[in-house]
Amino acid sequence: MRILVCISNVPDTTTRVKFSSDNTSVDNSGVQWIINPWDELALTRAMELKEDSSNAISTVTVATVGPATADPTLRKALAIGADDAIRVESETGDAYQVATQLAAVCKSGDFDVVLCGIESSDYNGSAVGGMLSEILDIPSVSAVSGLKAEGEEVIISRDIDGGREEVSVPLPFVAIVQKGIAKEPRIAAMRGIMMARKKPLQVVPAVESETLTGYLEFALPQAKAPCKMVDADHVKELVGLLQNEAKVL
Amino acid sequence: MSVLVYTENWDGRFKKLSYELVSYASGIAGMTGGSVTALSIGNVGRDELSTLGSYGATNVLSAETVPSGLDNQLYTQVIAAAMEKTGAKVLVMANNNSGKAIAPRLSVRLKAGLASGVTALPESVDPVIVQKKVFSGKAYAKVKILSDSAILTLSQNSFEIRETGGSAAIEAFDPGVDASVAKTNIRDVQKQEGKLLLTDAELVVSGGRGMKSPDNWGPLEELAGILGAATACSRPVSDEGWRPHEEHTGQTGKIIAPNLYMAFGISGAIQHLAGVSASKCIVAVNTDKDAPIFEAADYGIVGDAHKVLPELIAEIKAARAQ
Ligand SMILES: Cc1cc2nc3c(=O)[nH]c(=O)nc-3n(C[C@H](O)[C@H](O)[C@H](O)COP(=O)(O)OP(=O)(O)OC[C@H]3O[C@@H](n4cnc5c(N)ncnc54)[C@H](O)[C@@H]3O)c2cc1C
Ligand SMILES: Nc1ncnc2c1ncn2[C@@H]1O[C@H](COP(=O)(O)O)[C@@H](O)[C@H]1O
Repeated sequence: MRILVCISNVPDTTTRVKFSSDNTSVDNSGVQWIINPWDELALTRAMELKEDSSNAISTVTVATVGPATADPTLRKALAIGADDAIRVESETGDAYQVATQLAAVCKSGDFDVVLCGIESSDYNGSAVGGMLSEILDIPSVSAVSGLKAEGEEVIISRDIDGGREEVSVPLPFVAIVQKGIAKEPRIAAMRGIMMARKKPLQVVPAVESETLTGYLEFALPQAKAPCKMVDADHVKELVGLLQNEAKVL
Repeated sequence: MSVLVYTENWDGRFKKLSYELVSYASGIAGMTGGSVTALSIGNVGRDELSTLGSYGATNVLSAETVPSGLDNQLYTQVIAAAMEKTGAKVLVMANNNSGKAIAPRLSVRLKAGLASGVTALPESVDPVIVQKKVFSGKAYAKVKILSDSAILTLSQNSFEIRETGGSAAIEAFDPGVDASVAKTNIRDVQKQEGKLLLTDAELVVSGGRGMKSPDNWGPLEELAGILGAATACSRPVSDEGWRPHEEHTGQTGKIIAPNLYMAFGISGAIQHLAGVSASKCIVAVNTDKDAPIFEAADYGIVGDAHKVLPELIAEIKAARAQ
């Protein structure tokens, strides 16, 4: 069984967001790039599955669509344990463009399980995984918080409102994963970092694709009014404010 | 411009979210003088379906023979069939688990640009230009849809429900989709019955590491009980197993927007705020006057949660008794 983990290269989640002077694009100068948190969890789970030799998982590949500045992020994924990496040489367009590129990667790679995160932490699209599965015309399962292999089958846990379901779908499929898929993201060890330098990182050209959406403008949220402080000895006052001023009680 | 809105049901019932979606769809239709058709999938009674009319749907298509377990491929094809039947140019869905599962597939199938997590009516409908949150609420972006039709998924609790007092014509809808396109085999379902869902709650009471121990949650649960609120927590609290993982709010957990969010012993890390900052009113109780939660809060108390909670419970009880 071959697993592909799709990696979105995103600014560190604590980054202060800045825009270009005309607010039409995000200013990424000085940004620290990381593996999108959900993709990091997906990769961690893929490694756990592979290391359990009772599962017949032969390779874990990672792929990203983006410019060469994404290479260090792919190397980090290799250091965590992926066997090989693919980067589609492209400026990232919209989710549709990215999904079109990943579909081409999937068609040439013969993967059985494709893992995507529930969203990229920068543009919060929640789109690429679902789009990819529809382009490939294969099943997708979303809100996935558990994956295990049972022989030739992969058993999936997905979250539903107020509970969980255990489901299975025929291979190949796309699993769109969220929190719970792995407990803690795995951190690369020194040995992994050394080995990652020698692992294959293949750069492939982009296929022709279109975009269905574009960003026109960005803005920061309006500054909010300062917090009204209530003395700890006058809790009653808080109740009054919540009832009469905020009108939420 | 006619608008199709997919109204999911939960065991045959709609929720506040369903009416938010219909109100939103009706707001878009109002911008161009078009009409709103609601699509329901699975078995929902006529009385329940007709409630959609009160929020602006003029037609309801009821695909009642489609099985109710979610299969992304089947549901995609059913909704696509309804788009074709109605000729709608805009599709509105929720930005929840099922919306996130189906909307991207529909975007490909219909070649319709997707804007996910929108928070307000579009500023223009031809072309569709609409605002959405990005960077987990740290910024907003204006998205332009470049294709002919558009799919918008609405953030929960971000749009005011509007009753129009109208009524809807209900029609059984056969999407003509072969049930064998469904490939999801549901092997087991575990559901907590009767618990107020965090994502549905108007009031939320939440605890962080400052609560010190799982044994200290009693007063927090009591407060939630008297308010009719749901309980939530920060990530370390669920990671430690102090509270169940469904309660964790934040960037990697649930994103909620209740009317009131009360945070006890939560520092207010940026990743936590990403899940709660859209709340209408935030109250913070923290021993550290410099905790970042106070920058996001509307009301704050610098103090010990273990002391403030019982007093708050007593004061609310007293206020209620008046
Ligand atoms: C990629 C990534 C994603 C993350 N996603 C999330 C997420 O989704 N949700 C999330 O919550 N976190 C998330 N985190 C973790 C986040 O950065 C913080 O570590 C976390 O939110 C802190 O939780 P806390 O406020 O409960 O604990 P702490 O930061 O330890 O804060 C405890 C607070 O309690 C106060 N306190 C102590 N004693 C008392 C008392 N007696 N009474 C009142 N106050 C008291 C302290 O002053 C302090 O402010 C994420 C981190 C990363 C890197
Ligand atoms: N440029 C990209 N390259 C590879 N995978 C991506 C890219 N963008 C998004 N993804 C995948 O799609 C998921 C959802 O991202 P998004 O639709 O951008 O919110 C991410 O968690 C990744 O798994």
